[in-house]
Amino acid sequence: MKPKFAMYWAASCGGCEIAVLNIHEKILDVDANFEVVFWPVAMDAKIKDVEALPDGDILLTLFNGGIRNAENEHMAHLLRRKSKILVAFGSCANEGCIPGLANLSSQEEIFDAVYAGVSTNNPLRVRPQFNWQIPEGELHIPEFYPVLRTLDQVVNVDYYIPGCPPESHQIAAVIDHVIQVLQGKAELPPPGSVLGANGTTVCDECTRRRNVKMIKKFRRIQELPEIDPTLCLLEQGIPCNGPATRNGCGALCPKAGAQCIGCYGPAAGVVDYGARLIAAFASVIDSNDPQEIDRILDGLPDPAGQIYRFNLAKSLLRKARKEV
Amino acid sequence: MTNTFEPVIIGFTCNWCSYRAADLAGTARVKYPPNIRLIRLMCSGRLDPTFVFKALSSGADGVLITGCHPGECHYLEQNYKALRRYLMLRRVLVQMGIEPERIRLVWASAAEGVKLAQEIASFTEEIRALGPLNWNGIEPAVAQPEKEVAYET
Amino acid sequence: MTNGNHRPPQERVGVYVCHCGTNIAGIIDVEAVARWAGEHLKHRGVVVARDYKFMCSSLGQELIEQDIREHQLTRVVVAACSPHLHEQTFRIACERAGLNPYLCELVSIREQASWVHTDKNAATEKAKAIISGGVERVLHHEPLEPLHVPIDAATLVVGGGIAGIQAALEIADAGFPVYLVEREPSIGGHMAQFDKTFPTLDCAACILTPRMVSAGTHPNITLMTWSEVTDVKGYVGNFTVTVRKKARYINEDLCTGCGICQDKCPKKVLDEVFEAGLGYRKAVYTPFPQAVPKYPVIDRPNCTYFLKGTCRACEKFCPTDAIDFEQEDEYVTLKVGNIILATGFDVLDGRRIAQYGYGRLANVFTSLEFERLSNAAGPTNGEIVLRDGVTTPKTVGIIHCAGSRDRNFNNYCSAICCMQSLKFAHLVKERTGATVFNFYIDIRTTAKAYDEFYQRVLEEGTIFVRGRVAEVTDAARLPGEEGKLIIQVEDTLAGRQRRIPVDMVILSVSLEPRHDAKEVAKLFGISCSSDGWIIEKHPKLDPVATMTEGVFVAGCAQGPKDIPSTVSQGAAAAARVLARIQQKQIALEPVRASVDEDKCSGCRICNGLCPFNAIIFHEDRMVTEVNPALCQGCGTCVAACPAGAISGTGFSNEQILSQIEGLLMLNLEAV
Repeated sequence: MKPKFAMYWAASCGGCEIAVLNIHEKILDVDANFEVVFWPVAMDAKIKDVEALPDGDILLTLFNGGIRNAENEHMAHLLRRKSKILVAFGSCANEGCIPGLANLSSQEEIFDAVYAGVSTNNPLRVRPQFNWQIPEGELHIPEFYPVLRTLDQVVNVDYYIPGCPPESHQIAAVIDHVIQVLQGKAELPPPGSVLGANGTTVCDECTRRRNVKMIKKFRRIQELPEIDPTLCLLEQGIPCNGPATRNGCGALCPKAGAQCIGCYGPAAGVVDYGARLIAAFASVIDSNDPQEIDRILDGLPDPAGQIYRFNLAKSLLRKARKEV
Repeated sequence: MTNTFEPVIIGFTCNWCSYRAADLAGTARVKYPPNIRLIRLMCSGRLDPTFVFKALSSGADGVLITGCHPGECHYLEQNYKALRRYLMLRRVLVQMGIEPERIRLVWASAAEGVKLAQEIASFTEEIRALGPLNWNGIEPAVAQPEKEVAYET
Repeated sequence: MTNGNHRPPQERVGVYVCHCGTNIAGIIDVEAVARWAGEHLKHRGVVVARDYKFMCSSLGQELIEQDIREHQLTRVVVAACSPHLHEQTFRIACERAGLNPYLCELVSIREQASWVHTDKNAATEKAKAIISGGVERVLHHEPLEPLHVPIDAATLVVGGGIAGIQAALEIADAGFPVYLVEREPSIGGHMAQFDKTFPTLDCAACILTPRMVSAGTHPNITLMTWSEVTDVKGYVGNFTVTVRKKARYINEDLCTGCGICQDKCPKKVLDEVFEAGLGYRKAVYTPFPQAVPKYPVIDRPNCTYFLKGTCRACEKFCPTDAIDFEQEDEYVTLKVGNIILATGFDVLDGRRIAQYGYGRLANVFTSLEFERLSNAAGPTNGEIVLRDGVTTPKTVGIIHCAGSRDRNFNNYCSAICCMQSLKFAHLVKERTGATVFNFYIDIRTTAKAYDEFYQRVLEEGTIFVRGRVAEVTDAARLPGEEGKLIIQVEDTLAGRQRRIPVDMVILSVSLEPRHDAKEVAKLFGISCSSDGWIIEKHPKLDPVATMTEGVFVAGCAQGPKDIPSTVSQGAAAAARVLARIQQKQIALEPVRASVDEDKCSGCRICNGLCPFNAIIFHEDRMVTEVNPALCQGCGTCVAACPAGAISGTGFSNEQILSQIEGLLMLNLEAV
């Protein structure tokens, strides 16, 4: 009997699912080596089918998405119980990613934006009710939590595959490795390992020239009359997160002329990703004068978004303190 | 909040100036509130923003950062690097919903025991007025979340 | 607050709480604190916790040593005074018991708790938190070895005034090489400008010039005048110093110092340095006849040949062909183990005190001008006369504290002005018989034989007026004031305003740090106070060392002082350097940054952060390295590395983060 495989999509955009499909014919290897028991985006299966499985019956579960509501949490616990290897797959499950930025706002503010904001036609200001009585009985929708949590803030996680989304060639490599383990040709890495990425930072894979960095102004890429195609972006004033971001992507963005925005999260051993970027950006500011430093910092109009775009839910101050 | 709130403050000091100022405050028996707990660094330049986040997320209500006066750094100019980080840190805290007044940067030379004591006193009162850094009913971040029993492979 | 995520430590920790007599025990319940540590930090590895009357006493130290042996302690936390006081004591005790000294942590519950708090409960609770922080920190300590650095036997002395001369001679006499670097053409400094020295009134030149000659001829002293230090690299024991020897346009090998060039030079230049603007020198000159070395310099900006392309009179008349207009600045690299800074002082520009009229009223003089005026070798051959060069003053007013003890200028006392002003009063009286008024705030004559001198000047009939002078003016209002300088002062003893007409006013102007003191401090990696004086390592117990190992300070560069103190400090600095040289090596705190090359991505963010040039970038491997010999251990690069690839011994992330948890009591077990 083939070992069982599952993939789940919690609070995320679906890009991770597409990244898995982007491994092209390698997907046939998954099918050849695994019995896919649960993968809502690819096949029809019911939660009760999963519940019916013996504990630990699924060998490998790729879990993408953060824990935003009660259903996400329920599925995290369920899949944890049923899986031997639970992988936090992609940035949302690892560190909260874009959905995690909602942690900067209170639940009320989020609902206001969604149900009363400019993008919503909701003249009656209807708000979702978690419990609602109808003649047929009581309806439930999953409770919306005040903060988004990462998978490992809810359940124990065996491995981490970072990236928004993880690069397809890295996914393929991980799958190859797991198949080799199944065939007894390789060993599993130690629990808690980060797979499909390296331990250093994007700069390691970036081909741009670098010098000692001192800048007088942060700029957005479109403000530059021209970008030196071979020079470090940060040296040109563009706030590139590459120096603090785990590599493995091949430095795709900076090589293409766009700054790294940090989707692979912190380098190995780092406690707080944003703190590393504060230190990095503050270090390249070429001024000792408080007023001038402030002027230069004005060039980073959204510092928290800059340093925690993907990582806020994993940060030490992961919850913005707001009065409810 | 009740009026019995006693803030807890973590203070980072420079080995060469502000730590010695704290020593001097002691030797001179200058009094200040007991809410502050000091950590010695070799230089304010050693101040990793992580330390500030760690303190605030672990129960401190305020963080005092101290260093040598501009131009007097034992390591020539590293206090300016602390200044740059501090100014950026404040901006981030604002966005995180934390009053930027909860961190304060103070320059204190080895001779300024009295000044340091006054700054500690005024900072303590400021934090007391701000109230506890309560986390909206949510547990402050701890090093790692509670772990379930993992299934062995 | 609980936190169940702490791995139970493998270490065996001993906690020692000091009473310090009643210094700590008077406020903090030390027994309760020790008991608490033993019970509540047991799960953190604390196997023994004790309190003791004086931990630093030999019995207290033995207690720790005994426990290390009996309980196989692997870590020690002492809760007592500041580590700046007794860190070494307890480290050495640990070492005696076979424990690496760096596995000991001294936390301060005296300076940081018992001495600064009055609430016994709060202080006791704070002491617990401090100890908890210390325990968490010490768990992450690593055994370290001090860095041993060999000491180069050569010493650089910067500044050839009496402080530098004294220091250089002491070291040279002990048999070690000295480079004495002086910015001006001759050594001698301010002292060479003086006529008499207080309180004994011996002639400055008589006592100084033999020292100058010794320094100039000493086989162990390499004299480099007309030279400036432009770069300092390295660290204690091993400095590499670059000195710019400014072109003298004189071939020192050929020059005999005969002085013919100075006679023949047609260009007279106002001498603003040595003669304080009262006299003239030539464009080729030695500042004064007894200059050491004897070689003159050609003052390029004022030399007719350099300005117009013709003249060369000096060259024509030089009997040894020593004039060399083609000479260029030369850069010399020196290797030295220690540096003594004796860069001296400037005097306050009298024009800044507008109400005293210096620069506007001809007969207002500064103290330095008066020194030259009264000097037998000065522009008037020692005649004390008014600015016209002929008139002897009949009344003289001497204003103490001009710019000192004055929040508009300098808050500090310049230390020498009282005695200097008394000396002036005596000289004026002796040489002119004039009536002398001294205007003072307080008379400070505290050193040996100083007050006796004050009594002598009092007895000579000098009139002392206690009060800060408000104004010196030539606007006569009352009969007898025409043509005089009128000193407006509140006589605070008589309790009334006075107007005192005089012929001459002497301002005892404030001593100030050299105008470029801050740049010099930066060059040598030391710090200045906000006033600009070099900060000594400890104001009482280490007044000649600076915070930078291997850099010492002597004389007025550290703060205003008289000649005896300057000489003492020069000798003291030399003694410190000699001790270093004799030790042949020095042990340094092993607090250093290091880069994990496997983690470094070569982003170069840290590259611009190190003022000591300890950070090197390897282009070939695209990684950064920290040179441990140059690293001073500030940790700025550690905090800045975006990849977390740089770690700092002694102050690692783990140590600090754990200490935070400990201070916040997150390490306590759930109750």
